[in-house]
Amino acid sequence: MTHEQIVEITIFVLAVFIGFEVISKVPTMLHTPLMSGTNAIHGIVLIGAILIAGSADSGLEKALAFVAVVFATVNVVGGFLVTDRMLEMFKRRERPAPKPRE
Amino acid sequence: MSVLAVSQSVIDLSYLVAAVLLIVGIRQLSSPQTARLGNLVAAVGMAIALGFTLTDSDIDTFWLIGAGVALGTVIGVASARLVKMTAMPQMVALFNGVGGGAAALIAAAEFHRHAPDADRLAGDVIAGILFSALVGSVSFSGSLVAFGKLQELLPGRPLTFGAQQLFNAALAVALVVLAVVTGVTENGLWLVLVLVGALVLGVLMVLPIGGADMPVVISLLNAFTGLAAASTGFVLDNTALIIGGTLVGASGTLLTILMGRAMNRTLGNVLFGAFGKVAEGEAGPAVAGDGMVRAASAEDVAVMLAYANRVVIVPGYGLAVAQAQHEVRQLADLLEERGVDVRYAIHPVAGRMPGHMNVLLAEANVPYPQLYEMEQINPEFPRTDVALVIGANDVVNPAARSSPGSPIYGMPILDVDRASHVVVLKRSMSPGFAGIDNELFTSPRTVMLFGDAKDSVTRLIADVKTI
Repeated sequence: MTHEQIVEITIFVLAVFIGFEVISKVPTMLHTPLMSGTNAIHGIVLIGAILIAGSADSGLEKALAFVAVVFATVNVVGGFLVTDRMLEMFKRRERPAPKPRE
Repeated sequence: MSVLAVSQSVIDLSYLVAAVLLIVGIRQLSSPQTARLGNLVAAVGMAIALGFTLTDSDIDTFWLIGAGVALGTVIGVASARLVKMTAMPQMVALFNGVGGGAAALIAAAEFHRHAPDADRLAGDVIAGILFSALVGSVSFSGSLVAFGKLQELLPGRPLTFGAQQLFNAALAVALVVLAVVTGVTENGLWLVLVLVGALVLGVLMVLPIGGADMPVVISLLNAFTGLAAASTGFVLDNTALIIGGTLVGASGTLLTILMGRAMNRTLGNVLFGAFGKVAEGEAGPAVAGDGMVRAASAEDVAVMLAYANRVVIVPGYGLAVAQAQHEVRQLADLLEERGVDVRYAIHPVAGRMPGHMNVLLAEANVPYPQLYEMEQINPEFPRTDVALVIGANDVVNPAARSSPGSPIYGMPILDVDRASHVVVLKRSMSPGFAGIDNELFTSPRTVMLFGDAKDSVTRLIADVKTI
C-alpha cells in the first residue's frame, strides 16, 4: 500500500468513530430532522461530480458527469432547505409574559 | 489549467475546515436548541468545500458544472419549498436517492475514463468504483420505492412473493460476483450488469417493507448513500468526500438503530419482518405498533413538552400517592416560562374522593384559573399538543365511550385520546382501580414514562431545564 492509501484509510476509520460518537443521545423528536440533515451532508458527493465534470473527455463521461452534478446539487440544496423547514418548529416562540398568578 | 487554480494544499486545508464544520453541525443537529444552527453550520462547511473544489487545477471546463449546478439548484429549491410539511419524509427519500444515484454515476464515469488502459486502475480505485456503483444504485432505486410508497404511488403494504428473501440474498451474492468479474476484466458491459442488478436489488429490498417502517428504511439508505459517497472519495483521492460520506455512513447507521428502537423494532425485524405481516395482514395494512406499549425516556418527553403550544396535565390517584403535586407545579411553571399554555384537567372522580385533586393542587399553590372541569376541558383536547396523564387511569379510559361491554361504559371521561400526543406517567402496566385494561396505553399517539410519579416529574424538570 502506498502512503496516500494508508492516510486515506486512517481518515476513514477515524471518521467512522466520530460519526458514531457525534450523535450519542438524540431525542425522538429530532430523529427525522437529523436524518434529513445528514442526508444533505452526503450531498458532498457533489465534489466528486464537479471534479469529473470539469475534466470529462468523452461525450459519455460528460453526460454521466452532468447528471451526477444535477443529482448531487438537488441532494445538497434540497436537503439543507428541507431540514431548515423542519427545524422551524423549534424556533423560540415570542409570547406575552406569563399570566399573573393568584 | 484553471485560471482560478490555487495550490492543492489550500484546497486540502479548506477540506479540513469543512470537515470540522460538518462534525460540529451534526453534533448541534442532535440537540433541540441548536438543531437549526447546526444545519446552517453544516451548510457553510459544505459551501466552503465546494467553493475550494472549483479551484482544483484538474478542472478545465466550467460550463458543464455551471449548467448542472444551476439546474440542480432550481429543482432542489423548488421541491424543498413547495413540499407540504406532511410530505417531508418522502422528500428526504428522494433527495437521498439522487445522492446515491450521483455516487453511482461518478463511479461509472471514472470507470469509463480509466478502463481502456488496464494498468491505470489500481486495486483500491477499482474496488472503490464498484462499491459506489453497487451501493449507490441500491440506495437510488430503494429510495425511489420508499418515495413511491410514502407518496402513495405504490401500495404502502408489504409487497412480497414466494422465496423473496432467498431471491434477494442470491441476487446480492450474484452482484458481488459480478463486481469481482468487472474488476478483473475491466469490461464496461459487466459494470452495466452490476448497475442494473443493483437497481433491481434496491427495489426488491424495499418493496416488502410496510409504509410504517419506511422512515427506518430511509435512514438506512441514507447511511448507504453516505458510504457510497465515501467510496468515491477513495476513487478520486479526495479527503472531503471520505470524511463527509463516512460521517453520514456511521451516524446514519446509529440513527437507524435508534429510530428502530424508538418504534420497538429491531433492524432485522424491519428489513425481514414482512413474512409475519403477510400472514396476518392480508385483511389490511398493519397499524404501526398496534397493541404495543411504547416506553419513552424522560428526555424525549421533556422535548415534547417544551416545544408544545398547549399542555394539559391530567392528575390522578398516582399523583396523590407519590405526593408529586409540588414537582408538577414546578414543571408547569417552567413550561409557562417557555411560553407553553399549561392547564390542569380535573375529572370529578379522579383520585379516591371528589375534589381530591383540587385539594392536592391547591396545596401546591397551583393558580385556580389553570384548573379546568371536565366539561370545560374536553372540547380543548383536539387542540392540545400533549396531554400529560400523571397517575390517572380509569378516568381517561376510552373504553368508557366505545366499549358497551366494559364495566365503566358510559362513565364520563377526559378525552385525552383526542390530543395530538399523550404521555402517561405510570408505575407499571398494572390496570387501574376498576381492574380493566386501558387501550389508551397502546394507542399509537401514546408514550409511557414508567416510574414513580414524583421521580418521573423531577427528571422531567431537570431535562426541561437543559433544553
